[in-house]
Amino acid sequence: MSTDLLNDLLGRSLELHPQAAVRPEPFGALVYHYGNRRLVFLQHTDMVAVARALSQHATLADTLEACGVDQRRWPSFAKAFESLLNSDIVRERTTDER
Amino acid sequence: MSAESLVNQLKSGLDAPICLTWELTYACNLQCVHCLSSSGQRDPHELSTAEAKRVIDELRDLQVFYINIGGGEPMVRRDFFELVEYSVAQGIGVKFSTNGAFIDAEKARRLAGMDYLDIQISLDGVDAATNDAVRGAGSYDMARRAMDNLAAADFGPFKISVVVTRQNVPQLNQFKALADSYGAQLRVTRLRPSGRGVDSWDHLHPTNAQQREIYQWLMAHGEGVLTGDSFFHLNALGDPLPGLNMCGAGRVVCLIDPVGDVYACPFVIHDEFRAGNVRDPGGFSAVWKQSELFTSLREPQSAGACASCGAFDACQGGCMAAKFFTGLPLDGPDPECVGGDGEVALAELAAVPVLLKPRPAADHTKPDRRPVLT
Repeated sequence: MSTDLLNDLLGRSLELHPQAAVRPEPFGALVYHYGNRRLVFLQHTDMVAVARALSQHATLADTLEACGVDQRRWPSFAKAFESLLNSDIVRERTTDER
Repeated sequence: MSAESLVNQLKSGLDAPICLTWELTYACNLQCVHCLSSSGQRDPHELSTAEAKRVIDELRDLQVFYINIGGGEPMVRRDFFELVEYSVAQGIGVKFSTNGAFIDAEKARRLAGMDYLDIQISLDGVDAATNDAVRGAGSYDMARRAMDNLAAADFGPFKISVVVTRQNVPQLNQFKALADSYGAQLRVTRLRPSGRGVDSWDHLHPTNAQQREIYQWLMAHGEGVLTGDSFFHLNALGDPLPGLNMCGAGRVVCLIDPVGDVYACPFVIHDEFRAGNVRDPGGFSAVWKQSELFTSLREPQSAGACASCGAFDACQGGCMAAKFFTGLPLDGPDPECVGGDGEVALAELAAVPVLLKPRPAADHTKPDRRPVLT
């Protein structure tokens, strides 16, 4: 992933899609989207906390920070969230509540 | 975490199934020759509405995302809509398989108005002759009428569900065209020698040459055609098909039958693969989490006779149910092994003078209507 793309992703304000449900598992979590019927495997155990906290923070970077994720792991999280955005499990927040 | 270690995690089982098949009734208006549950007559000990709702409550607590409802013909149950609506209200999506007999214009509109509902209409031939030989006289028209009604009611993309047989392999492109014409999704699955399939498999299962044809066809269509991951035995032919490439029985999937018995998968309705009953103390959760059978299925499995085969990592030895009901050892080749080892093993078995193949546990075939292959 290029630095530009990484920074772009980290700066976005995201939320879990309201039709997506998260089930914690020993390997991370299972996420199911009731709208498009996609089943996604999250393969980081702390991914669940991050996904659930997304809407409470201004940006993805702020969420990772707040969840105590080591900066060295941010690129792999950004990559995971890119694919979650593509499958609509996670979406851009449209209303700015600040 | 690599994909391989994810699969290893899944093989050792999850706290709850990813999805679960639930046959609501053994009653059926049809008597398909390959019915995996030998359905026909209603079982007098069928779960009541209240019992079924208690199971749904448990599945909600376990965070099961969706259930695959089947039968028998599930729409035969008078509380069919009540149970589907109850399930969806608990946040559990429903996919149900039907022969379409009861989807008239009014029911189609009712179904179209429901969220989180997927419908699979079973069809095993693109013409009445091919389909009805397996599913019974009039069943082709029945299925097409249901599809027409769903389309007229704007249901959206329903699924056409095909069990691939020797007779319909040449029709795969036509099935796809039919699905496209309805804006539907095509789902093709593997025929297993389960239920009444024990007696029809020899006649219906694809030839070894056709296995290659199926593999090529599936590779060409990728994720555009659903397979329920049922063809992973074909992965020995080359690059893997889309999906997890593992047997999920008792690990990530299971079956609840109409009387509440829990089996490792929909294709092994036999005492040897019965883990318990949802009416037992502790309910479904206890069966899923603690049964001896499921615990043993989650342990590393022996490759047995296949250990020395270079393709084992790709095909995983194939399908447990297919081996079991053809009388083959579970740690040997699949009867449809693309390397030809299954055929050899079956021929060796046939040479044994008295061969007792396992019979399915629950036969609900209507006594006067035992189907005959023509």
